[in-house]
Amino acid sequence: MNRAEYRGIRSRVFDILNHLLLIMLGLSCILPLVHLLALSFSDRAAATGGLVTLWPVRFTAITYEKVMEAGVFISAFWVSVLRTVVGTTLQMILVILISFPLSKSKEEMPGRNIIMGVVVFAYLFNGGLIPWFLVIKQLRMLNTLWALIIPQALPLWNVILMMNFFRRVPKELEEASIIDGATYWQILLYVYLPISIPALATLTLFGAVGHWNAWFDGMILIADRDLIPLQTFLRTVVIKMDMNEFMRNPEDFGLYSDRSLRAAQTLVTVVPILIVYPFLQRYFVSGITLGALKG
Amino acid sequence: MMEAISPARVVGKVRAAKLLRNLPQLWPLYVMVIPALIHLALLSYYPMYGITIAFQEYKPALGFAKSPWVGLKQFRLMLENPTFWQIFRNTIVIATSKILTLQFCAVILALMLNEVRRQFFKRTVQSMVYLPYFLSWIVLGGIMLEMLGSSGVVNQLLLRLGVTEAIIFLGNNRTFVPTLIASHLWQQVGWATILYLAALTSIDLQLLEAAAIDGAGRFQRIRYIILPGILPTLMLVLCLDFGLLFNAAGFDQVLNLYNPAVYATSDILDTWIYREGLLGARFSLATAVGLVRSVLGLILIVISLRLIARFTDYQVY
Repeated sequence: MNRAEYRGIRSRVFDILNHLLLIMLGLSCILPLVHLLALSFSDRAAATGGLVTLWPVRFTAITYEKVMEAGVFISAFWVSVLRTVVGTTLQMILVILISFPLSKSKEEMPGRNIIMGVVVFAYLFNGGLIPWFLVIKQLRMLNTLWALIIPQALPLWNVILMMNFFRRVPKELEEASIIDGATYWQILLYVYLPISIPALATLTLFGAVGHWNAWFDGMILIADRDLIPLQTFLRTVVIKMDMNEFMRNPEDFGLYSDRSLRAAQTLVTVVPILIVYPFLQRYFVSGITLGALKG
Repeated sequence: MMEAISPARVVGKVRAAKLLRNLPQLWPLYVMVIPALIHLALLSYYPMYGITIAFQEYKPALGFAKSPWVGLKQFRLMLENPTFWQIFRNTIVIATSKILTLQFCAVILALMLNEVRRQFFKRTVQSMVYLPYFLSWIVLGGIMLEMLGSSGVVNQLLLRLGVTEAIIFLGNNRTFVPTLIASHLWQQVGWATILYLAALTSIDLQLLEAAAIDGAGRFQRIRYIILPGILPTLMLVLCLDFGLLFNAAGFDQVLNLYNPAVYATSDILDTWIYREGLLGARFSLATAVGLVRSVLGLILIVISLRLIARFTDYQVY
């Protein structure tokens, strides 16, 4: 395209404004976290006096010490790690196992459309929160780690995405394997899965983020302090403003404020997301345009 | 005399024979679906059966099957309750405002990003604006409560700019819903551009060049070629969003930001069901409200999928 026409006055002004607006928008997404970081490293007088904006005032790292000393925070962290690892693995196994047969046509697999109907109806309609909760209670999952893993094990939207991805695998590969005497287990394992690694990575990452960020299930399904996941615990601290878990020695009363303590916990919770963020970003577009449209 | 053979029976027999012949090969496919079907049976379809308690007076000791039937009593209670109409209205208002503001701004942001010619700058901005999408509403809610409080950094800045009184953004009905919509927009707008950016890459470059040769300036090209180019995507997204209207109000966000002072404008169906149903143990009434929500939701999504199937070649399954 002709570069000259970007040099007109109107064009120049537009470009400058456009860049400025984009910078401001971008910063608005980062600065709240920077503010939190500054707050978490500031001392009591600075934090409560509203002196902190983007840089720590009278630096102290005592809040992070306090967070690490709080037994519930640490156990909640490990519960979240566990549910993320086990939960995401289980999710992927279930999703792969159901999407592969569903990617066949009804001629290849008689009854495929009936099963698809069962899946789609469950995607479009549900019993609502109360019956769902009562069923989990009846299945004796309440207050066990399973309550954080099993109910989330079959995200139906992922099934639809994965199925559509499998459908685009060239049929010739499968036909050749069948002639060579491969079973469908082998075809799934050695033909379909290796080709689908980008899709699998996408769904795994998004599944893991979903597990890490989940808080509602921990709130209504778990009562035991040792089994509370991190986001649920964080809710009692930063939303309910309940600081009972953090005992204060009289001597460090003046050292840090509750606001700094809350900021520190929020940031520790965000760190794992920030770690996987570059990978998430790489799979963004494939994730959202994978097979269908919306995530 | 020979028995008349209907074509349907022949087809059926042929199919059965074929299936039987192929079964040694096919059985793994049927085994693979079993775990998911068990999951669906226990955690999707069994709860659907649990909807029966909407027509009962649920007693935890008696369970779904044996609680006493009360017909449509719960639905009558619901319709007579002015709160129901209020939360219904709140749900529609919040969801609609969120959908429209988000998609409007996402289109604009996508156009803005599309006009950036420095790839490095574009990618940097993108990785900044996508970030909030991956943070939970616990984290975002905590950040907002901290920053928007009466002694938070936002009010500090406003005071310095000459505002005389601190604004309690999340504490009054005038500002709560706008704050809700704005923060939702902030969290989602980057992410929502992805589809539009994808659509923009498929705009015909030759068309743009031809327009340039014919004397169309930069803004005319945006107005007459690029914008119409993403219009189908916008329509598709709006259609899907309105199909999921009852989810769009945003349970996670509302539950973590609202408080009794703003129930009048911010209490939505989902938060009410949680509060009254689970915390208040009014299981049957809340299930009835949930059923209305699910049925209306089903109708909306079916309409939207039909519309999409009719006007595009895009198919979900």
